[in-house]
Amino acid sequence: MIANAPFLLVGLLFLGGMIAIFMEKNLVKIAIAISVIGSSVNLFLVALGYRNGGTVPIHYMAGENTVMVLPTPQAMTLTAIVIALATTALLLSLIMLVYRHYGTLDIDEIRRLRG
Amino acid sequence: MNWNDHLPALLLAIPLFGAFVAPVASPFGRTTRNALLASFSFLTLLVSLFLLRHTLTNGIAVYVMGGESFDLTLPLGMKLPVRIIMEVDAFSAFMAVCGSIASFAGALFSMNYMEKFTGLGRFVSLYFLLTVGMLGMMITGDMFNFFVFLEISSIASIGLIAFWRDRPEAVEASIKYMLISQVSSMVFLIAAGALYGKYNVLNMAAMGALIKPGTLEKLALVFLVGTLAMKCGAFPLHMWLPDAYAEAPSGVSCLLVAVSQASLYGLMRVCFSLYGVNLGGAFIPWAMIVMGLSSMFFGVAMAVVQHDIKRLIGYHSVSQVGYMLLGLGVGMLVLTDARGMAEYGFTAIKGGIFHIFNYTMYKALLFLAAGAVYYTTGKRDLNELGGLARRMPFTTGMFVIAAAAISGLPPFNGFVSKLLIYESAFAVHPALTVVALVTSVLTLASFVKVFQTAFLGPERSAFATVREVPTAMLFGMGVLTLAVLVATLFPSWTLSYLVEPAARALVDQAGYVGAVMGGGL
Repeated sequence: MIANAPFLLVGLLFLGGMIAIFMEKNLVKIAIAISVIGSSVNLFLVALGYRNGGTVPIHYMAGENTVMVLPTPQAMTLTAIVIALATTALLLSLIMLVYRHYGTLDIDEIRRLRG
Repeated sequence: MNWNDHLPALLLAIPLFGAFVAPVASPFGRTTRNALLASFSFLTLLVSLFLLRHTLTNGIAVYVMGGESFDLTLPLGMKLPVRIIMEVDAFSAFMAVCGSIASFAGALFSMNYMEKFTGLGRFVSLYFLLTVGMLGMMITGDMFNFFVFLEISSIASIGLIAFWRDRPEAVEASIKYMLISQVSSMVFLIAAGALYGKYNVLNMAAMGALIKPGTLEKLALVFLVGTLAMKCGAFPLHMWLPDAYAEAPSGVSCLLVAVSQASLYGLMRVCFSLYGVNLGGAFIPWAMIVMGLSSMFFGVAMAVVQHDIKRLIGYHSVSQVGYMLLGLGVGMLVLTDARGMAEYGFTAIKGGIFHIFNYTMYKALLFLAAGAVYYTTGKRDLNELGGLARRMPFTTGMFVIAAAAISGLPPFNGFVSKLLIYESAFAVHPALTVVALVTSVLTLASFVKVFQTAFLGPERSAFATVREVPTAMLFGMGVLTLAVLVATLFPSWTLSYLVEPAARALVDQAGYVGAVMGGGL
């Protein structure tokens, strides 16, 4: 049970983020929700690679036989974090531009493109 | 050591190099920048053509990134591949050729189209990054690598859609696309992570060899299909597509058409090569068919009421994506049924793949022609346009060719691919063909409207000074017109030398898996 706790948290964060994206009207809050989803995905990847009682995946001595956590999901997570940084920066700068043009962040009022 | 072996890496390295050289070369002036844009995209096109020739003669090309040797997929007797592997079969190479033709045409067109604006160094940089993202999605054989290229292409396209950032509409379209693409790529990563957690591999071929039907796999499949369908503009979440295509500069819309095809490519790769026979029943194929039919119908229904020329063409993209989903969905339906496959399934897949080529060419051409009209008149509203045929004869001619092709008028290539889809969908259920035919008629109606209002009619005094667009823009359109005409005049050649190998590669799951898992020491 306790070993599954990270996955439960992943599910909660993901659902929370998804609900926020659909329910919230403020663009900044939607941006936060997207970041929350991104974090849940990162947590998911790291939790996938964890082995009970595992150490860092580096061999210190030849012939050593210890339980190690998987390095690949960690590398993936690092990449995903870097990508998330770029997209968050881009998203926030777009939100800034939207605010400059429309004077509001309410998505119900930002709709010149209809039909 | 044959240089042909390194084509998959070169295909990505050339535009990537272009992207990083662009900001450095840009201060040297307009000529340098334009030469860079044209030469690098032309080189990319050449490499993709060589790659296509290579895959057609030598079969699937694999390229191991960072390995001791480019074709050592399983080093040291390992059972599973550990490195990032590019895997190019005939279908990938076919898609890469479509994409790089669109990229080259858009680049030629953008040289003149964008000259009035500042920040062009960044434009060229983003343009090449978008090309890299698109080509990377098409040739990679690794789930996580696919995600990375997906993100590269979406970041670059978001930047390019909002390139005219003083236009509120452009920023709005861009943010809409950003929300959709961020959510979908996160869901994609969750699905890839779940599959990795179960099978311990990220390589698509290795995963395809190991995968077994189960609940987790079904869930992951739904996530993957949902997100990729969203990114290629299928019906329930297509709203971003007309906005983004209409608001982006025209050269970019032309490339975006090919980029959405890269998502469609990912969708097909997941369904055919990753899951293949483990697709588990008819749910996903039927979902694809229903998605295709509704995209087709709702896309065209929205298109006929538009009066902004680029938005109208954008809505037609939604409906054209429906044709490919229909064709490939029908093929998927009979994937495990050899008799159905031989009778109509393979025809449907051929039709779907041929339609990908045709759609990319004529849709890109339509966007460029609409861009040419906007360039000379400054107007996109059909109510304000008229009588341009006398002023811009070449643009008009190419627009007519593209419009006839998209409406599926008999001699044109659109007709050939649509006919293949009609006759195979009819074998599943006649209603599918009826919807597709109605869509085709409505497409014709709306393009007759565009042609009549924008190009025919009396000359307007406001356009008395309008001239034909500059030569580079005509060349950009000419490249695509040439591609449309080749597919029109030699349909059987195109079908047997381009489309059929691609279709064969797509349904050959064992071949795709074997190219990675069978090699090694």
